[in-house]
Amino acid sequence: MNTAPSHVAVASIRGTGTGATRVLGAISLALLVWLVVSALFLTPADVVQGDSVRIMYVHVPAAWVAYLAFITTAVASGCSLVRRHRTLGFDRVAGASAEVGVLFMGMALVTGSLWGRLTWGTFWQWDPRLTTTLFLFITYVGYLAVRQVDVDPQQRARRSAVIALLAVLEIPLVHFSVVLWRSLHQEASVLNADGDVRLDDLMLFTLFSGVVAFTLVFAWLVIHRQRLTALADTERVIGLDSAIAVRRAEVAR
Amino acid sequence: MKSIIVVARKDLRIEGRSRTLLARVVPFALLVLVLFAVALDSEPLILRASAGLVWMAILFATMLVVQRSFEIETSDAALDSVLSCTSSPSRVYFGKALATFVQLFALATLLVLCSVVLYGSRVDGDGLVLLVTVMLTATAGLSLVGTLYGVVVARLNGRDSLLPLLSLPVLAPLLIGAARATEAAFGSQTIDMSNGWAWTALLAVYAVVFGSAGAVAFAPLAQGDS
Repeated sequence: MNTAPSHVAVASIRGTGTGATRVLGAISLALLVWLVVSALFLTPADVVQGDSVRIMYVHVPAAWVAYLAFITTAVASGCSLVRRHRTLGFDRVAGASAEVGVLFMGMALVTGSLWGRLTWGTFWQWDPRLTTTLFLFITYVGYLAVRQVDVDPQQRARRSAVIALLAVLEIPLVHFSVVLWRSLHQEASVLNADGDVRLDDLMLFTLFSGVVAFTLVFAWLVIHRQRLTALADTERVIGLDSAIAVRRAEVAR
Repeated sequence: MKSIIVVARKDLRIEGRSRTLLARVVPFALLVLVLFAVALDSEPLILRASAGLVWMAILFATMLVVQRSFEIETSDAALDSVLSCTSSPSRVYFGKALATFVQLFALATLLVLCSVVLYGSRVDGDGLVLLVTVMLTATAGLSLVGTLYGVVVARLNGRDSLLPLLSLPVLAPLLIGAARATEAAFGSQTIDMSNGWAWTALLAVYAVVFGSAGAVAFAPLAQGDS
C-alpha cells in the first residue's frame, strides 16, 4: 500500500525533545543522582526507625508529585472546558499529567506500604490519608481508561475534563467520610505542632532535594507525553487523509 | 418541574412495560445477599455485617439500573430527541435520576426486608424513622451520581465495565455513610443513633453536592459528536 504522504510528514518531525527539555532532563538526572547518593549513604539512619527511614526520601516526593499531578490535571481540565479555542492543548496536558500522576501514586502506595510493614508491622492501614489516596488512584485509573476509548478528540476532552473535575468533588468527601470512619496515621513529622524541626539538616535537605528532583522529572515527563499525544493526534489525521488518498487513487485507476 | 416528572414517568412507563427491574435486577440483588451469607458462613458475622451487605447489594444493583436507564436512551439516538423536547438538559438529568430513585428506593425497601428475614436484623420504632431517612437520602445520592456517570459513559464503547470503574470510587463515601447509619438503625452496639443521624446528614450533603454538579455537567456530556 502506498503511504508516502504520512512518511513525508512524520519524517519532518524530529521527536519530542527541544533544547529546554534537554536542559531540564539533565538537571533532573543530576539531582536524582545526588538524591540516591545522599539518601542511601550520606544521611544517618533514624534513631527509632533505623534504615527504613530512607524510604521516606522516595515516598514523600512521590506522594507530593502524585497530588501535584492531580491538581495539574484538574486545573488543565477546567481550562480546557472554559477556554474553548485551546481545548485540545489543555486536554493533552491534563491527560499527560494524570498518566504520570498514576505512576507516581503507585510508587507512593508501594513504598508507603513497605515502610508500613517495617514500622507499623502491617502493609496496609485503613486510615484516612491512605484510603483517600487509594480511592484517588482508582479514580484516575478510571479516568485513563475513559481516555483510551477511541472517540473524537473534542468529545474525549470534554468528557475527561468533567470526570477530572468530579474527582475534585469526590476526594474531599471520601477523605471526610473516612476521617469520620477511623483515624490512625503518623503525625506529619517535618513540622510538628510547636513548629520545631525533628529531622536533622542533611535529612531535611535530602528530602527537599528529592521533592525538587521528582517535580522536575514530573515536568519533563508531562512535557514529552503531551507532545507525543499531539503527534499521535496529527498522525491519526494524516493517516486518515492518506488512506482516503489511496482509496481515491484506486478508484481512479 | 413538570418536564422532570414527564421524563421520569416516561422512564418508569418503559420499566413498567419491559419489567427489567423485576426480571433481572431484583433477582440479582437477592442473589448477592444470599451469596454474601454463603461466603461469610457465620451467623453472628452476617448479622454484624448486614447493613454493609445490604448497601453493597444495592450498589451493585444501581449499576444495572443506571445501565438500563441509558440503554433505552442510546438506542436509536433517543437521548437527542428527549433533549430537544425540553428547554434545559438539567431537567432531563433530574427526570432520569428521579425514575432511578423510585426504582432504587423500592429495591432498597425489599432488600432491607430480606435482611430482616435472612440475616436476622432488627428494627424498632426510633430505628425505623432513621432507617427510612437513610434509605431516602442514600438512594437519592445513588441515583444522582449514577445518572451523572451514566451519561458520562453513555456514548462510549465498553460502557458496561467503565460505569462501575468510574462511579464506584465516587460512591464510596455514600456506601460508608449509608452502611454506618443503617447499622445504627439496626440497633448495633458499635454505633449509636445520634451518630446515625450525623451520617444521614453527610448523605444529604453528598446528594446535594453531586446533584448540583450533575445539573451543570449534564448538558456538555449529553450533547453528541457535534
